[in-house]
Amino acid sequence: MRAKMSKLVVTFPTTTAALRWERRCQTLNIPGRLIPVPVTITADCGLAWAMPPEARNRLEEVAELERSACLAMEL
Amino acid sequence: MIYLNNAATTLQKPPCVAQAVLEAMNSLGNCARGAHTGELSAARTVFQTREALARLLGFSHPERVVFTANATQALNTALLGLLRPGDHVIATDWDHNSVLRPLYRLEKEGDVALDFLPADRQGRLLYQKLEGLLRPNTRLLVGTHASNLTGNLLDLERMAAFARAHGLLFLLDTAQTAGSTPVHMEKMGVDVLCFTGHKGLMGPQGTGGLCISPSVDLRPLLTGGTGVRSFERGQPEEYPDHLEAGTLNGHGLAGLGAAVEFILKTGVEAIHAHELELTTQFVRGLQEIPGVTVYGDFSGDRAAVVALNLEGWDPAAATDTLSRDYDIAVRPGIHCAPRMHQALGTQDLGCVRFSFGWYTTREDIHTALAALKEMSQPS
Repeated sequence: MRAKMSKLVVTFPTTTAALRWERRCQTLNIPGRLIPVPVTITADCGLAWAMPPEARNRLEEVAELERSACLAMEL
Repeated sequence: MIYLNNAATTLQKPPCVAQAVLEAMNSLGNCARGAHTGELSAARTVFQTREALARLLGFSHPERVVFTANATQALNTALLGLLRPGDHVIATDWDHNSVLRPLYRLEKEGDVALDFLPADRQGRLLYQKLEGLLRPNTRLLVGTHASNLTGNLLDLERMAAFARAHGLLFLLDTAQTAGSTPVHMEKMGVDVLCFTGHKGLMGPQGTGGLCISPSVDLRPLLTGGTGVRSFERGQPEEYPDHLEAGTLNGHGLAGLGAAVEFILKTGVEAIHAHELELTTQFVRGLQEIPGVTVYGDFSGDRAAVVALNLEGWDPAAATDTLSRDYDIAVRPGIHCAPRMHQALGTQDLGCVRFSFGWYTTREDIHTALAALKEMSQPS
């Protein structure tokens, strides 16, 4: 079994918000990718953004974008 | 075939549209129904199409561009989602059955009162009568941007100013103009804008939608799966999911996105200028053909639609002859515009409608005029 890794998981109210987030992060070279929302999260949208925890400070660069929550998880 | 029925659908599309649909059918999954490569590709494609349409239509909220199967579904979503029992609506004689029938249904069910801004014998709307139609419970003003029969354009400035002055919502049907006539929803003061994807936008059939201003909330026409908030009994409140129950036409929307990008690159002003030039050429040519009656007002800017009758010809027979003898496609009948035919006095006969598009050429117009001239000769 693959070892679990620490991730920062950002959730969104809509798929549109998730896609807007993805595009901005790609433009700014903020690491991460869209993943299916882990079942343990009560999320609005089925997509979440998973990123390395050490990149947390980069969230300030996308502070104006719509999101629901930001959680530290083992995935 | 010379296809002059672009007000019904643009048969000729930019090649990138079919290519985008084909690629989508071979690669797209279901938007918002997973996070695999295919599903993400679908979600990104749909999102890009929303953004491109928002850019084209002068709307700064792509997340409030909601997709439907066609303009009819968009208009039903808007009218049935907006109107409440006791509301009064002002529509116009130009309106298509996609506006009229939902309104007639609401009126028949006793929920909504209805009045129409009349058109005169030349099809000109009598805007000075707007004030007289106003009631204390008037909530909505509906207008079609261009008559699908005469091609005349709505006086948007006047309609929007009237709506604003009296606190009404303004709903605009752009079925005949989106993609072929400049539209800027926010500058025009439109609250809800409905469009179809397969006419001026040159996308696939089965695509359409509506842009909904953030100040407006609509009750969903359809409820069901959205891929989000699955334990909630009601539709999610957030747009576009609020109004998009069920799987979207991802393949069609990929084609529509390609079409809109083509229009943005070409320039809607250039498209409009081309179509206007063809219309002018056609109308000038008609003046030299005996027995032709043309309907509508030709004094200003317009959409590329010309309705006419040829003396001695039933419109259906004229259309059939144009098709069989000259390989020219046009449309006879009532064109789903009963009130406009009544205003023009053509309700018993109908008329023949010619409508031009981006791929219509000057040679096509020349050939159509020659055919009509020949048909006008005594046999």
